Amino acid sequence: MATPPAALSPLDNKPDLLVDQTTAERPPAPARRGMTRRERRNLLVGLLFISPWIVGFLGFLAYPMWETIRLSFMDYNGLRDPEWIGLENYRMMIQDDLFWKVLGNTFYYTGLAVPIGVVAAMVMALCMNQNVAEQPLYRAVLYLPSIIPLFALSFIFLNLMDPGRGLFNRVMTSVGLPNINWFGDPDWGKLAFVILAQFGAGQAALIFLAGLKGIPQHLYEAASIDGAGSLRKFWNVTLPMMTPIILYDLIIGISAGIQIFTQVVILTNNGGPVNSNKMYVNYVYDEAFRNFNAGYASALSIVLFVLTMLLAALVFRWSRSWVQYDVT
Amino acid sequence: MATTTIDNRQPDTGPTPGAASLRWRKQFRKHVLPRLILIPFAAFFLLPLYWMLATAVKTIPELSVYPPTFFPETFRIQNFVDATTVFPFWQYLRNTLVITILSVIGAAISNPIIAYGFSRVDWPGRDKIFGLVLATVFIPYPVLIVSLYDIYSRLGWINTILPLVVPLFFGNAFWIFLMRQFFMRIPRELGEAARLDGASEMRILWQIILPQSYAAVSVVCLFAALHAWNDFLGPYLYLQEADNYTLAIGLTFFRSASQYDVQFNLLMAASALVVAPVVVLFLCFQRFFIEGVQIGSFK
Repeated sequence: MATPPAALSPLDNKPDLLVDQTTAERPPAPARRGMTRRERRNLLVGLLFISPWIVGFLGFLAYPMWETIRLSFMDYNGLRDPEWIGLENYRMMIQDDLFWKVLGNTFYYTGLAVPIGVVAAMVMALCMNQNVAEQPLYRAVLYLPSIIPLFALSFIFLNLMDPGRGLFNRVMTSVGLPNINWFGDPDWGKLAFVILAQFGAGQAALIFLAGLKGIPQHLYEAASIDGAGSLRKFWNVTLPMMTPIILYDLIIGISAGIQIFTQVVILTNNGGPVNSNKMYVNYVYDEAFRNFNAGYASALSIVLFVLTMLLAALVFRWSRSWVQYDVT
Repeated sequence: MATTTIDNRQPDTGPTPGAASLRWRKQFRKHVLPRLILIPFAAFFLLPLYWMLATAVKTIPELSVYPPTFFPETFRIQNFVDATTVFPFWQYLRNTLVITILSVIGAAISNPIIAYGFSRVDWPGRDKIFGLVLATVFIPYPVLIVSLYDIYSRLGWINTILPLVVPLFFGNAFWIFLMRQFFMRIPRELGEAARLDGASEMRILWQIILPQSYAAVSVVCLFAALHAWNDFLGPYLYLQEADNYTLAIGLTFFRSASQYDVQFNLLMAASALVVAPVVVLFLCFQRFFIEGVQIGSFK
C-alpha cells in the first residue's frame, strides 16, 4: 500500500539534527530557558482546545477513581458518613465464597467467549476476503448484530432459547440434543452468554478484513515463488501479519468480557438461579445498590480494575512471543 | 485505503498434468468454499432478528403450540400496537430521544475541538498527553459506578438525564482518536495559510478542518447516537423514577410483570420497535459505520 518514499535520505527523518548542524545563522537556542513566543502560544492554544477533555478526565475519571480507592477502605452504606476500616473489606473478600464464584464465572465466560470470537471472526474475514460477488451483503449481515442494542438482543435470546417456545431448543431437540433449560439450569446459563457473545464477532471480522486487505501483495508473491501452497501462505504470511490486530482484538475482547453485565440482568435476573450465573459486575451492583455495602463494592471495583490491568499486561507480555511488528 | 485484493492464484503456467483438476480446485476455493462458510454464518447471524419478527406477529394460541412454528401462521399486526401499552412506550421513546439527541450534540461539539488540540496544534508534551487519553480506554466503566453514583447523588443528578448526557460534552477517548486520525491526514499547509492571514484557531477548525471532515463527524455522531440508544447500564443505575425511564428499561417491564410467563409476542414486538431505528440508521449509513469501525481500530 504505502511504498516508502525512496527520495528521502535517512537524515531527513531527523530534521532537528540537520538544522542544528547546518543553519549557523540561527542563534543557538537558549537551552531549556524557555519557549519562543510561538511555542508558548501553541501550548496555550493546545491546552485550551483539549481543556474539555482535561475537565472530563479529572471530573469523570480521576476523581471517581480516587473516590473508589478511598471508599474501598471504608465502611459505607451510602447514607451514613463513611468510617475508616483499613483493609477489612479486602480481608472479607478473601473469605467471601460468592466473590470467588463470580470471579470464576467471569473468567470462565471470558476465557471461552473471547478465543471462540477471535477464531469465528478470522474465519469470516478470510472468507469475505475472497471477494465473492455478494460480499457487501455478508459484511452488512455479519456486522448488524454488533450494533443492535445488547439489551434487545438479550430479550430476543430469552425468547430464542426458551425451552418450550424457543427456536434454538427446537433445532437442538430435532437433531437429538437434549432440551436445555438454559437460564433455569445452573450449569448452562454461562454457556448461553458465550453463544450470545458470538453475535458481536462481526465487528471483529470487519477489523480483521481491513487488516487482511492491508497485507502487501508482494509477500504472497514471494511465498508463491518459494513454492508455498495456500495453507503455508496462511500460516507463514497471513497469520504473522495479522498478529498485531489479533492482539488488539484480544485485549479489547477480554476487557469487554470481564465487564459483562446487561445480559446477566436480563436473561438470568442478575445471576440466578442461586447466583450460579452471576458475573463480577453484577455482584458489584448487588453489593452497592441492593445490599448498600458501597465500601465493599468499592473494594470489589478496585480488585476488578487491578485484575483487568494485570490481565492486559499479561497478554501483552505473552504477545511478545507471537506478535510480529514491522514485517513489511 | 486502497482495496488491494488478495489473490491466491498462482501464475498460470500453461497446461500441465492435472491442470484441469487444479483449476477446479482453485475455482472451488475462490467461489464455493467461502460461500459454504459465509451462508451458514449469515443465516446464524440473522436468526435472532428473524425470530424476533416471527414471534412478534404470532397470536397467543400460536405461541403456546409445541413445537414452535418456524414460519408464523398468524400475522397479528395489532401486537405492535398492544406492545406500546404494556409500558408507556411513547413517553420512554421521548426520554430516549432526548438523551440521544443531547449525546449527539455533546459528542459533535467536544470531540472535534479536543481532537484539533491533539492534531493541528504543535505543543510540547502533546503526544504524551494523547497517550494518556488512549490509556483511559482501558479503565472499565463498571469500576467507577459506585463512586460515580455517590458523586452524582451529591450533585443531585440522580433521576435526571445529566449523568447520561453531561460526560458526552467532555469527549470520548475513542472518538477523539478517530477524529484525530482524520485531522492528521489533512495537509498542514491548509491551516498554515489561514493562520498567516490571521485567522483564529477556532475559525480554522470551523471553516477549514471541519468541512473536510464530514465523514469523521458523521461517524462520531452515529456512534454517539448508538451509544445513547443502546445504553442499558446508565439508565438502569441513574434513572429510578418510572417517569424518566428509557426504552431499555421499559422492556424489562415484560419480565417483572409476570416473571414466569413472559408475553413473548408483545415483548418481541416492542423489541422490534426499539431495534428498527438502529437497523434503519445502519442501512442508511452503512459506509460510515464500517469505515468508523475500521479506522478506529488501528493505525
